[in-house]
Amino acid sequence: MTPEVGHYALVLALGLSLIQALVPLYGAQTRDVALMRLGTSTAIMQCVFVAISFGALMTAYVTSDFSVANVFENSHSTMPLIYKFTSVWGNHEGSMLLWVLILAVFGAAVAVFGANLPTALKANVLAVQAWIACSFYLFILLTSNPFQRLARAPIEGRDLNPILQDIGLAIHPPLLYLGYVGFSIAFSFALAALIEGRIDAAWARWVRPWTLTAWMFLTVGISMGSYWAYYELGWGGFWFWDPVENASLMPWLAGTALLHSAVVMEKRNALKVWTILLAILAFSLSLIGTFLVRSGVLTSVHTFATDPSRGVFILCILIFFIGGGLGLFAWRAPLLRQGGIFAPISREGALVFNNLFLTIACLTVFVGTLYPLALESLTGEKISVGAPFFNLTFAPLFIPLMFAMPFGTLLAWKRGDIYGVTQRLMAAFGVGIVAVAAALAVAGVQHVLAAFGIGLGFFVIFGAVIDLTERVALFRRPLGTSLSRAVGLPRSAWGTAAAHAGVGVTLIGIVCASTWGTERIVAVKDGQTVSLSGYDLTFDGMVQRQGPNFRELAGRFTVSENGQVVGALSPSKRTFSARSMSTNEAALLSRGFSQLYLSLGDANADGSLAIRFYYKPLVLLIWIGTLIMAFGGILSLSDRRLRVGAPKPAKVKPTLQPAG
Amino acid sequence: MSLWFVFALMTAAAIFAVLWPLGRRSAAEGGSDLEVYRDQLEEIARDRAEGRIGAAEADAARIEVSRRLIAAADAAESEAQRSEGGPVWRRRVAAIVGLVLLPIGASVAYLALGSPQLPGQPLAERRAAAQQDNSIDTLIARVEAHLEKNPNDARGYEVVAPVYLRMGRFADAVNARRKAIALAGENAQRQADLGEALAALGNGVITADAKAAFERALELDRNDLKSLYFIGLAAEQDGDRKKAAAIWMSMLKDAPADAPWAPMVGEALTRVGGVPPKLAEVAPAQPGPSADDIAAAGQMSEQDRSEMVRGMVARLADRLSQDSGDVAGWQRLMRAYMVMGDRDKAKGAAGDARKALAADPDKLRQIDETIKSMGLDG
Repeated sequence: MTPEVGHYALVLALGLSLIQALVPLYGAQTRDVALMRLGTSTAIMQCVFVAISFGALMTAYVTSDFSVANVFENSHSTMPLIYKFTSVWGNHEGSMLLWVLILAVFGAAVAVFGANLPTALKANVLAVQAWIACSFYLFILLTSNPFQRLARAPIEGRDLNPILQDIGLAIHPPLLYLGYVGFSIAFSFALAALIEGRIDAAWARWVRPWTLTAWMFLTVGISMGSYWAYYELGWGGFWFWDPVENASLMPWLAGTALLHSAVVMEKRNALKVWTILLAILAFSLSLIGTFLVRSGVLTSVHTFATDPSRGVFILCILIFFIGGGLGLFAWRAPLLRQGGIFAPISREGALVFNNLFLTIACLTVFVGTLYPLALESLTGEKISVGAPFFNLTFAPLFIPLMFAMPFGTLLAWKRGDIYGVTQRLMAAFGVGIVAVAAALAVAGVQHVLAAFGIGLGFFVIFGAVIDLTERVALFRRPLGTSLSRAVGLPRSAWGTAAAHAGVGVTLIGIVCASTWGTERIVAVKDGQTVSLSGYDLTFDGMVQRQGPNFRELAGRFTVSENGQVVGALSPSKRTFSARSMSTNEAALLSRGFSQLYLSLGDANADGSLAIRFYYKPLVLLIWIGTLIMAFGGILSLSDRRLRVGAPKPAKVKPTLQPAG
Repeated sequence: MSLWFVFALMTAAAIFAVLWPLGRRSAAEGGSDLEVYRDQLEEIARDRAEGRIGAAEADAARIEVSRRLIAAADAAESEAQRSEGGPVWRRRVAAIVGLVLLPIGASVAYLALGSPQLPGQPLAERRAAAQQDNSIDTLIARVEAHLEKNPNDARGYEVVAPVYLRMGRFADAVNARRKAIALAGENAQRQADLGEALAALGNGVITADAKAAFERALELDRNDLKSLYFIGLAAEQDGDRKKAAAIWMSMLKDAPADAPWAPMVGEALTRVGGVPPKLAEVAPAQPGPSADDIAAAGQMSEQDRSEMVRGMVARLADRLSQDSGDVAGWQRLMRAYMVMGDRDKAKGAAGDARKALAADPDKLRQIDETIKSMGLDG
């Protein structure tokens, strides 16, 4: 009975979303309060029904109800319980159900927490949200129904793809979807504003928490995906510039730009048109990401099913929303009143600089990801745009961006004092230069680029620290005053500093791990020892183990440093008989922020075993940095007070430029 | 609680979500941008009090925000005049949509997509049911589950292999046979079984792998009957009819009078033109060619012989068109067509057989397996 209840709940959610897509919109046009308010209750009820639906599918997975075709195809009764939960979204149909669940949760959150919104705006936002929901309910019910039934339940299921049988599946997809789908709210706000034809500083204030939430989840989602790929795929890489990764990076870049331009809009009532455009783009890129991954255009571990009808359906959704959004934008945007004008050297000038570079970076990724696909579909020619392209284009964009970051936070609104800011940043410069010198001294002059990378990372981190010390006037006022100021400092200031420092931390991690990482690929025999970067790895033989639904052949290794045993590593190869597939489980040993990474190759005929042994210095900083960034987002989100920029009165008019 | 009762409750909840806001008559209570600007003004005052911004900047900011505030207040006033509640018919239409269209639409969509007649079948319930269910699928699943937990149990593989073979899961059968050899060590019988599975996997052709297995079996026991038979078959397939006949002849010579395999080998021997000893006793159980036919066949030229075979096949086909329930007959007919290289006719026979046996699921399954094993499906 349970699966059918879930199925019917999904159909009811579709019905409610249709009503919600039309009635509040009409209500907002005719200013009918009752009709506008309808969106609130239907959004909440929609969420309840999708939750029931999701719960029903989850129940089917946990109880191994193979009369549900989706469960039969992606589950196995001997799987550990945690994977029975996670395999709900470890397949196409279930992951789409998770997608709409998160969409419905966000819709209900706007309905519940949006009490401070004007009724008409809220009605329009919920209506647009319902349009999106409606199209995805239809997509699920018509092309990817997880509630298809089998009349005679097979005895055993086909098991979940072994690569996905990992704790990473519990973390990465839900976080990533929270990010992707979170941008739908910014999109709905933008469209609602365009429909109403009214956009002002307050709009930016209202949309800010939603954008920030989505951005946070997306940051952590991408980062956890990267860590998962790092330890599961067995190559020790953390970012591959794989199209699927790029698909998630694009909305992140657009979302980061949106976050910053919305600040300008809120404080200075400027950049309005641009902000709206970014809000549309961020979600459009999320949809493109979903399309690329789900349509089978790209083949990877993320592509669960390649069914042309699904691809066409998602493409239609894509065209409808991106085309509709941009069309509405082209029609309405010229009607929007432009905001203030401002000087290039100012906080808002710096934010424009940030937006420019982030958008170009986003465009670069877009071209690098889609150009090979377009070329292949048009001419059949296969080209590969890999890491070299992105490294060459991305670094020149991000280096100036990161260098400008500390300046931006220190510049005053409206008209900044670049000399004053430079003086105040002297300490950070100093730290950066010391870091460069230290790196050169330790690693030698051949690593000059890497040394400058580390210097830049330290400059960014200490720039963020100086931003805080300046605001609390540390060392310039008595300590007590500084402390009380620190307490009074808005949380969003702490959040900004944390997020920016996080970027610096990540940069240092990337530079160190990719420059000074060492590796050895050797064949070892029982008792043999391999040395790498001061660590000795001794092979103690193989052991056969039996897991719940797999068998594994694990190598036992002892790691010692200077003769002292510091740990053991046990990488393994797992064989999953249900799918006749095997996976490679790397073993990791953390030493501070650095990691030793060991994965198994093939056993040779002479009894020796091929291994890949890596030393990754400071590699953990990459992910710690992103967590710091997300933590900054949380701090900022917890700031309930509204901040306002204090524009300096312009005594002498500086050269002015119009703001977009 | 029946399924339909739950559906009714859910539908009622959905309708309630639509009707509830329509019934409330209170005025608009949403927030407005006025609050945001008032907050911003307060913020400026707070910053000024803390000395965080200068007097001039604070004034400029205050003026800027005040302008927004005034504009927003004007807008809110005109808004309030416009939204004095709409005419009642709008709400009535919305109510009708929720009350009528929603349940009807949801029911129609669900009945088109859903399967309300199917109960959920969670593992626990299926297990209980499977205790009584001794169908071949269940038994295989049980053995497989056992082997999953005890992957070193050679006997398990030996039990399940012939079942796989009978079900047409030849690749699984080969795997099981290989595992059995790896775990329990090789002997003539295990090698011969492996060869048999490999031959089945090759659609009856004795592949190089299969031949190697039989030869290994004969090395271990030069009298292994199964291997001898298949080696003969291999010789026949290689076109060496004399060798095949010699092998089978020697088998029959040494055979006890009541050997159950003798008719089969005898049949094979006559196929390659040999004359089995004591043919009368080992006469084929199935209605095949009579002894006279075969004796005649020995004298015939190649062309005549193939004509005779054609005649026999035609007779069989004729008989099956009368008595269509004979599974073995259908199987032989399809094989005959295949041997004659007439794939289309074999396919036709497969289709006829399926039609003829449609009423009997058990027989239909048997015929389907044969069709699959010959690669005739699809």
